[in-house]
Amino acid sequence: MKKTYINGVGCISTQKTFDTVFLEEAVYNQKDTVFTLVKPEYKEYVSPAASRRMAKGVKNGIVASALAMKDSNTEKVDAIITGTGMGCIEDSDRFLKNILDNNEEFLTPTSFIQSTHNTVGAQIALLMQCKGYNFTYVNGVVSFESALLDAKLQIEEEEASSILVGGIDENTDYTMSLYKLAGFVKNDQETPFDVLKETSTGVVYGEGASFFVLENERKESTYAQILDVEIINSLEENEVETEILAFLKTNNLQISDIDAVVLGFNGDAHFDSYYKNLARNTFAQTPQLYYKHLSGEFNTASAFGLWIASKVIQTQEIPNIIKVNSVEKPAYNTILLYNQYKGKNHSFTLLSK
Amino acid sequence: MSKGVAITGMGIISSIGNSVEENFYSLLHEKPAITRIENISTVHADVIKVGEIKKTNEELANELHLPADNNYSRTALIGTLAAKQAVENAGITSINEFRTGLISATSVGGMDITEKYYYDYFKDPELVRYISCHDGGDVAEKIAEELGLKGIVTTISTACSSAANSIMLGARLIKSGKLDRVIVGGTDGLAKFTINGFKTLMILSDGYNKPFDNDRKGLNLGEAAAFLVLESDEVVKKQNKKVLARVSGYGNANDAFHQTASSENGDGAYLAMKKAFEVSGLQPSEIDYINVHGTATPNNDLSEGRAILRIYQDEKVPDFSSTKPFTGHTLAAAAAIEAVYSVLAIQHGTVYPNLNFESPMEEFNLTPQTTLKNKNIEHVLSNSFGFGGNCSTLIFSKNE
Repeated sequence: MKKTYINGVGCISTQKTFDTVFLEEAVYNQKDTVFTLVKPEYKEYVSPAASRRMAKGVKNGIVASALAMKDSNTEKVDAIITGTGMGCIEDSDRFLKNILDNNEEFLTPTSFIQSTHNTVGAQIALLMQCKGYNFTYVNGVVSFESALLDAKLQIEEEEASSILVGGIDENTDYTMSLYKLAGFVKNDQETPFDVLKETSTGVVYGEGASFFVLENERKESTYAQILDVEIINSLEENEVETEILAFLKTNNLQISDIDAVVLGFNGDAHFDSYYKNLARNTFAQTPQLYYKHLSGEFNTASAFGLWIASKVIQTQEIPNIIKVNSVEKPAYNTILLYNQYKGKNHSFTLLSK
Repeated sequence: MSKGVAITGMGIISSIGNSVEENFYSLLHEKPAITRIENISTVHADVIKVGEIKKTNEELANELHLPADNNYSRTALIGTLAAKQAVENAGITSINEFRTGLISATSVGGMDITEKYYYDYFKDPELVRYISCHDGGDVAEKIAEELGLKGIVTTISTACSSAANSIMLGARLIKSGKLDRVIVGGTDGLAKFTINGFKTLMILSDGYNKPFDNDRKGLNLGEAAAFLVLESDEVVKKQNKKVLARVSGYGNANDAFHQTASSENGDGAYLAMKKAFEVSGLQPSEIDYINVHGTATPNNDLSEGRAILRIYQDEKVPDFSSTKPFTGHTLAAAAAIEAVYSVLAIQHGTVYPNLNFESPMEEFNLTPQTTLKNKNIEHVLSNSFGFGGNCSTLIFSKNE
């Protein structure tokens, strides 16, 4: 069975995560309830004419995937697999608004044809002329992990030797206004926010695109090996530790083997207890990392988490801004990521050097 | 040659029936259900015809015994009905007894709700509960909850090939030993969003869709949900399960040509079929029936026909037909309902008629089967293609 290596990464986020080493310019914004993206120079990747027609998610996906390809020095991949919680919501909102505001008349198809969830994967395939396998997963906060799981399965079963995997989500003002109304996004009045100490419900929202080139061979650019990915739809708080232990056991590991754990803390007091229990007990002696205070919460924020974990293994350093505790290890070779949203869609991802 | 992954249960709801039996009856008796739209108010109501399930959301919710304050979209309602049927049909009583997953597919998700309440959310606090049902994953969440399924749940959204891809992933997860059992399929309710989308693309027929006809004028949209239960051979043996048929081949490829149009020679479609033959170990000549994607748009049928001819070269193309004149094009559910029809074709030895066909296309010599035909069917090939150049092929085989 072939092994799966992360050989290239590309990340566009609400931080400057391109043209930088590793979060040295990161800023912890504690004022805003919705973070905006730090935009790359799109024109280096997409012609201005094409760029005008493209939604930001598509553009960010194209740039992040190009960065990952360049990083891994890979020219072609066998498959493209993406995850996106909300899909191309900018075009979808635009088309729907036109339908409603114009009583179903005077519509043009552009935003409709770009509104399908697989637009990013399709546009990348079109640009790269990649005629291989092309899947898009849309299942809340396991959208990206579903893509990762699929890619790993393909490499293990030798159906593909190199795969581009990404997580993409974009925000729109309208969706954010709905999320505020529903209480999914925190109240503006409650600033300053401190993700680790919040007592209110809701989250600070973000957006982004993170891509990874996965290959079946270790090479110079290799960041880490993906040992395992597991998705579980529903778990009670008191079941998480048992699941983690079982997950580690199937990989012949135990808690003490974990050099760092990346937890999906998002500041929702109602559900962060899933992480707090682990942080206080199970992983009390393990370096703990968090990232959603930098990326914001969104369906594929965990892809930003994987970017963080990959960088830690590569640089063997943990920037202070992502540390939950002060525990240190001499080396960061084995990292576990755990994420969930509102007690649903749990995922465990295991990396090793 | 591997014998493929066992299918042990099926469930379906479409415009031609609320169960597997009803759907099969309609297919056998040439009873299509393409009608004027009733459940959605649209200015196009007098122009278009659709494959609509003639039940309101309220009626569907009652069938599921949901509380009045539920927040199910139409897609979730019909999806849950079909998935429950499939699980029951497979004789599953303890859903988490084995490593069990759910892989759903949808393209519109909760769009029917979003478009109805878009501006009202801010006026009526009662509606706020619906906000979370917009996103695609919500549908699978609800199905999993209704089934009591706790394991892996995910959703694929690759436009009109979505359900083929969910069946494909399910088969791969069983084959690799990652899961013992998986419920796979797709669901899409009709929405003003898709009606207007296809309308602006000018590929909606104002009459009845005529796949592979020279004078085809486009598609009729439809709504449906279907789910299948796939189980490992170990589970089948242990529980002495009846195997309805097997998923023996699958392939997905990208046309990499245009966001919505298919390439002239059907590269993506050709590659998807080729991969499915490789996986199954079958030769094209061993296929007894092709359930074509056959949407009846000028572009699809030409591209698909050319791809089929490329696969068969000098060999005779087997009997083929599109079942979309019966149901309309049900988007992300299409490959799932057509998987059910493919299994039924194998079980009962029937090739369904390609309704509304009159004259062959002038570009090539391909004539679909236009009347019901009874014959032994060992292998069925089913195609589904979607926006973004997404092309998928599944091969279903008789359980030997």
